[in-house]
Amino acid sequence: MKRPWLLWIPLAAFLVFLTIGSLGLHRDQQQIVRSRMIGKPIPGMDMPAASSSNPAFSTKAFADGKVHLVNIFASWCVPCAAEAPQLAQLQQRGVLIDGIAVRDARPDVDDFLAKFGNPYARIGLDARSVMQFYLGSSGVPESYVVDGKGVIRYQHWGPIMPQDMDDILEQLREAAS
Amino acid sequence: MIAETGLAMLWLAATLAALQLFLAWVTVARGNDGAARLMHPVALLQGALTAGAFALLITLFLRSDMSVLLVAENSHSMKPFIYKFAGTWGNHEGSLLLWVTVMSVAGTAVALFERGLDRATHFATLGAQAAISLGFYAFLLFASNPFARLNPPAPDGRGLNPLLQDPGLAFHPPTLYLGYVGLSVAFSFAVGALLTRQVNARFARAMRPWVLVAWMFLTLGITAGSYWAYYSLGWGGWWFWDPTENASLMPWLAATALFHSISVLAARDALRAWTIMLSVVAFAMSMIGTFLVRSGILTSVHAFAVDPTRGAFLLALLAIYIGGSLLLFGLRIGTVNEGTRFDPVSREAFLVINNLLLSVILGLVLIGTLYPLLTEMMGVKVSVGPPYFNMIVGPIALILMLLLVIGPLARWRRDHLRSLLRKTIPAIGLALLVLVAVKLIVGARIGVMPLLGLTAAAGVALASIMPLFGRNLRRTPLFTWGMVIAHLGCAVSLAGMASDSAFVTEKLVAARPGTTIDVGGWKVEFRQVMPIAGPNWTAMDATMAVSRNGSEPVLMHPQARFFSNPPTPTTESAQLTAWDGQLYLVLGDELGDGRWQLRLWWKPFVTLIWAGGALIALGGGLALVGRVGRGWLRARARGRIHAEEVLA
Repeated sequence: MKRPWLLWIPLAAFLVFLTIGSLGLHRDQQQIVRSRMIGKPIPGMDMPAASSSNPAFSTKAFADGKVHLVNIFASWCVPCAAEAPQLAQLQQRGVLIDGIAVRDARPDVDDFLAKFGNPYARIGLDARSVMQFYLGSSGVPESYVVDGKGVIRYQHWGPIMPQDMDDILEQLREAAS
Repeated sequence: MIAETGLAMLWLAATLAALQLFLAWVTVARGNDGAARLMHPVALLQGALTAGAFALLITLFLRSDMSVLLVAENSHSMKPFIYKFAGTWGNHEGSLLLWVTVMSVAGTAVALFERGLDRATHFATLGAQAAISLGFYAFLLFASNPFARLNPPAPDGRGLNPLLQDPGLAFHPPTLYLGYVGLSVAFSFAVGALLTRQVNARFARAMRPWVLVAWMFLTLGITAGSYWAYYSLGWGGWWFWDPTENASLMPWLAATALFHSISVLAARDALRAWTIMLSVVAFAMSMIGTFLVRSGILTSVHAFAVDPTRGAFLLALLAIYIGGSLLLFGLRIGTVNEGTRFDPVSREAFLVINNLLLSVILGLVLIGTLYPLLTEMMGVKVSVGPPYFNMIVGPIALILMLLLVIGPLARWRRDHLRSLLRKTIPAIGLALLVLVAVKLIVGARIGVMPLLGLTAAAGVALASIMPLFGRNLRRTPLFTWGMVIAHLGCAVSLAGMASDSAFVTEKLVAARPGTTIDVGGWKVEFRQVMPIAGPNWTAMDATMAVSRNGSEPVLMHPQARFFSNPPTPTTESAQLTAWDGQLYLVLGDELGDGRWQLRLWWKPFVTLIWAGGALIALGGGLALVGRVGRGWLRARARGRIHAEEVLA
């Protein structure tokens, strides 16, 4: 072989690729979609009742001086079952939780509540994800803290796990003050 | 218990892979015969254990065992049987187990059936195969355990992505994986031969069938994937230059170059270093493709398993195996004797040009795929789309087609340019005839590339069967038939691509039931839209009566489907295949005033694209049978001579 350095070109090219690849991996990847509705009034919408136990509600009447925790969930959603104990705790502490059941059906929601508990004051049915879309929510479950003037103050992505409780309670307190 | 047994089997198999690597080292470095005798049983057991673990995972999916995390996250009890079955590999962990299974079973096959290599290289190859398997076992066991439990069990599963709920899922990933992972065998051969410095014609003949198998499945997998995307996405296109597609195209290009260069090495003992390089590159492309798609580093329409930590793991495996083998290449290849040199006008010279062109295409596709990553690091988000790829790949592919006209007609060793050119006259003549005819008939309506595509397809079609002229067809070896059919497949596929892009008619309309739409000579009567329900979906189902030239109307049913688990809308397009093309209908949204959005295409000869792909794979299959058959006959003849000697 007359030019032995030629043999090292493939390795050099591969090392360039490795560098690009590892730098690319460490780049921040935005995994969550931040709602643009934070700081704005909650979009008004009437939703029919999603279960036989809880009344329906409308977000048009949210400026009632009370802080609401709006919880987007679905009976078909596995992480929603995981956050049920935390929601129950919040309810015991007097938090007003309104549920929005996304792409769901009444018997399924009834089943879900029977199995995992019912922390909700009211549950509205969002059969075609319209309300979810207006809220700027990208997944299920998600929770929103809405203050007494009906303004969205905080968005929580994914299930509320035990380690999130302090944060959520703090946000609820802030929204109340 | 099933999940725990599966996991235990995987650990055991991983241990055996480590043992196999150790035995290979003892055999090759120390010449220990005892270790050599143990190798084959160990390889066999390792393959059987992984295959068993994979069968157990399938069982868990079929039983809808929701206490297994993977099943709960990807399956649903209401899913039809076939999707429970195929859903096993419709997720990261399951598909990785399929990958590992194919890899270790391929290793077993090498241990059982590989008879052409010298002893040391054979065992070095098995050692290399064990070494790569080991890395993937680690990936599976430490970062993607498919058998993890969920406690408490889920009431039911989350369901499978509806886009994957298609018979295509049962066929496309396994064939593609046989191809991807089959290339690991070529890689192991190359590493084995580098270790023993036995890169020669014998090595090439031993390796060729394995590369052909992998390449054949890769071709089938890509063809099936292309057709699946074509009918299930409802966009009417058959290739989107998506990173996932490029990830399958790049190993295919490398493998295509590889078995062409292997044939030079086998016939003329030339291109030694180049063939080794391509073997490494082909498997590197499989792994790089997997890395790009799985790490989420590039966004793709069908990246279904995205996780940066997995990306880091895959990158580490890439660094070890590909980096390691390239290092070995740099250190060792200088000590491998240079092969024979050859004449500039000869079969091998044309094969070298073929290799160079394929490599250039491979490089350009790789750059196009990685480019968004590069610019994003500099803060600019770009996406490299079909215009780049079509513009860059198209012309080079056409030059490659020209080569396909001349190359197969050239003799090995040395040919005379003038007599060679004379042989190409019929093909070139036919191509020019088609060029003029198409231009006269359709005039300015056809673009330059489709026109040249049709021209080249005609030339290649004739040239590809010319090696058969003047031969006794019954005595023509099977692998020559394989070459002819595969090259013919290229022409057929190219004709389909050119015809689709040149002559397609598309209509986007808003129509009320009762209206009739004309598209490409067809009358499409939009009769009604009715809601219907399937096993795990509901749909708006349109009834369209289509007819041509007053023929009996045929009913077609494009649908807008809604899957409940997980809740996702999909479009189910409807196709009607005629001898001269396909009618493609898509039902869009309801506009509220009783009208529906409809998309209609008439795609003349579009099906040739996949028919060509199937022909190419068939050609590979024939070549494989021909080569293996000849090897077997040779071995038997050798055995007979040996027996006669013993008897005498």
